[in-house]
Amino acid sequence: MYRLGHIVLAGALCLAALPAWSQTAAHRAPRTADGKPNLNGIWQALNSADWDLQGHAAAQGPVYALGAVFSIPPGLSVVEGDEIPYLPAAAAKQKENRANWVKLDPEVKCYLPGVPRATYLPYPFQIVQSRENIMMVYEYAGAVRTINMGAPTKAPADSWMGWSNGHWEGETLVVDVTSQNADTWFDRAGDFHSEALHVVERYTPRSADILNYEATIEDPKVFSRPWKISMPLYRRVEKDARLLEYKCVEFTEELLYGPLRKKASK
Amino acid sequence: MTTRRSLASIIVLAATLAGLVLAPVPVRGQVPASRSTSTTKTWTPPRTPDGQPDLQGVYANATLTPLERPKGLGAKEFYTEHEFAELMKRIQQGIVPEEADLGNAAPQDVRYDLSLYGFDLTKATLASNRRTSLIVGPEGVVPPMLPEARKRNAERAAKNKGHEFDSYENRPLQERCILMAQERIPMLPGAADNNLLQIVEGPGYVVLLHEIDHSTRVIPTDGRPHISQKIREYQGDSVGHWEGNTLVVDTTNFTDLTAFRGSGEKLHLVERFSRPDEKTLLYQFTVEDPATWDKPWTAEIPMAKAQGPVYEWACHEGNYDEFVTILRGARVAEEEAARKAAK
Repeated sequence: MYRLGHIVLAGALCLAALPAWSQTAAHRAPRTADGKPNLNGIWQALNSADWDLQGHAAAQGPVYALGAVFSIPPGLSVVEGDEIPYLPAAAAKQKENRANWVKLDPEVKCYLPGVPRATYLPYPFQIVQSRENIMMVYEYAGAVRTINMGAPTKAPADSWMGWSNGHWEGETLVVDVTSQNADTWFDRAGDFHSEALHVVERYTPRSADILNYEATIEDPKVFSRPWKISMPLYRRVEKDARLLEYKCVEFTEELLYGPLRKKASK
Repeated sequence: MTTRRSLASIIVLAATLAGLVLAPVPVRGQVPASRSTSTTKTWTPPRTPDGQPDLQGVYANATLTPLERPKGLGAKEFYTEHEFAELMKRIQQGIVPEEADLGNAAPQDVRYDLSLYGFDLTKATLASNRRTSLIVGPEGVVPPMLPEARKRNAERAAKNKGHEFDSYENRPLQERCILMAQERIPMLPGAADNNLLQIVEGPGYVVLLHEIDHSTRVIPTDGRPHISQKIREYQGDSVGHWEGNTLVVDTTNFTDLTAFRGSGEKLHLVERFSRPDEKTLLYQFTVEDPATWDKPWTAEIPMAKAQGPVYEWACHEGNYDEFVTILRGARVAEEEAARKAAK
């Protein structure tokens, strides 16, 4: 059952991403054997949000030798109102992050991505639903989180992927994520948060092969108010689609440890 | 949690001290089976809403049973009830019998207070049965390595000898947080920490989340084939199917660096997961590699239902300082040696 409030809210909020939300209410997802909306599958965002959540023009990439291959693709904003409401000090830090992103971005080092960034990294992720838990397994770095669908529990400690409690609101899977450490970012543009981050995600089936994804981001140490991102997630429909191994640690070692390599003897 | 990584050396120490065997602890969740695994037919596992056998839960693989049968036991595959009870009693009293090859677990001075780090072994959840070794069959040991495999492994070791600290590439995969020893499949028991396995089942898939280094396998059970042999993965490609109440997982496509006990890239692993009783997950595996052993070998590891949650185990994220110290130490030593030589 849809709650009218959410439909109205979704309608009112869809300024930037109009097509995504206006169609949500129409679709009733197939059900799992225990009667829940069936979100099982391999999903992937198809946008450049990981480069920059906000609207951005194409730009030269950081490695000149790679030319057009790894330059920055343009993208429309996935941020509602196209503005991230930084507090003044945080805005300065974000600028610094952006200027030094290759050095500072945890993705460059293959660190666990945190939420919501895990969702729109340019790699697929898989949802596996059971009655008690929903697993979200990400191809990037083999990141994983277990969403507890029972009575909400408290994190035993802060972690990179945080602590997820989920529940259903009609067609929508709502996931409350807390206890993320302060070491992850939102994108390659230096957008960041503190350990006070609180994320509420909403996964709503829009059609058989599309989910609407929405995340409300709250962090009073960094932002002046909660803000929201939204985007569609597409099902990977190819035959036998599956997550492959992307252990990126070894791709970072020259960067991290290369300078300590033994020098050739003179 | 990054703090866990900083404990890695302690975990390794604990594992070294304990071997595959834990120090004196009360045993619970013992498999009551009189012989092997599948003798307990009275208990039928529950089903998921999809009708799949329900293996879900969190399990721990700590065990008192050594991988290979202690010398002196010959072809004896099982202790009698009486022998097993006596063995357990002696282990609990801290008297470690020679025949169980618990030499490493004998009381000794340990410089670390393991209880400080949540490694209090008296709190470990164990599932042990009357097997004298995890490896099944009359031999109870890993088959001898083929000459070609010995040569292959010796050459690799020789190539690295004297260069162990030259670069990150010369360090073990475990130290680089690429493939932890206990993360490797098949899953062998290790130290008391990070030995949790969480199983979650969805329609057509089983997720195996191994706590160590958040190692996760999403296993399709829809009968699809393996991916192209051109794609090689450290943890291989796993596909599964159900045989009655048993999940059977077949894994190939390993890299030649995966090297499970010296195996090559032709390693073929078949794992079987079943629940002989409510408190136990029985994990069996058979490995074969015609380039490494002259025959397949099989082991059986009972796992005990355990208390979650599975913690996040972030290895690489907390590895920088430790790893840099290892390489920098080597560079400093070289500089000092060079200075001395120049004098």
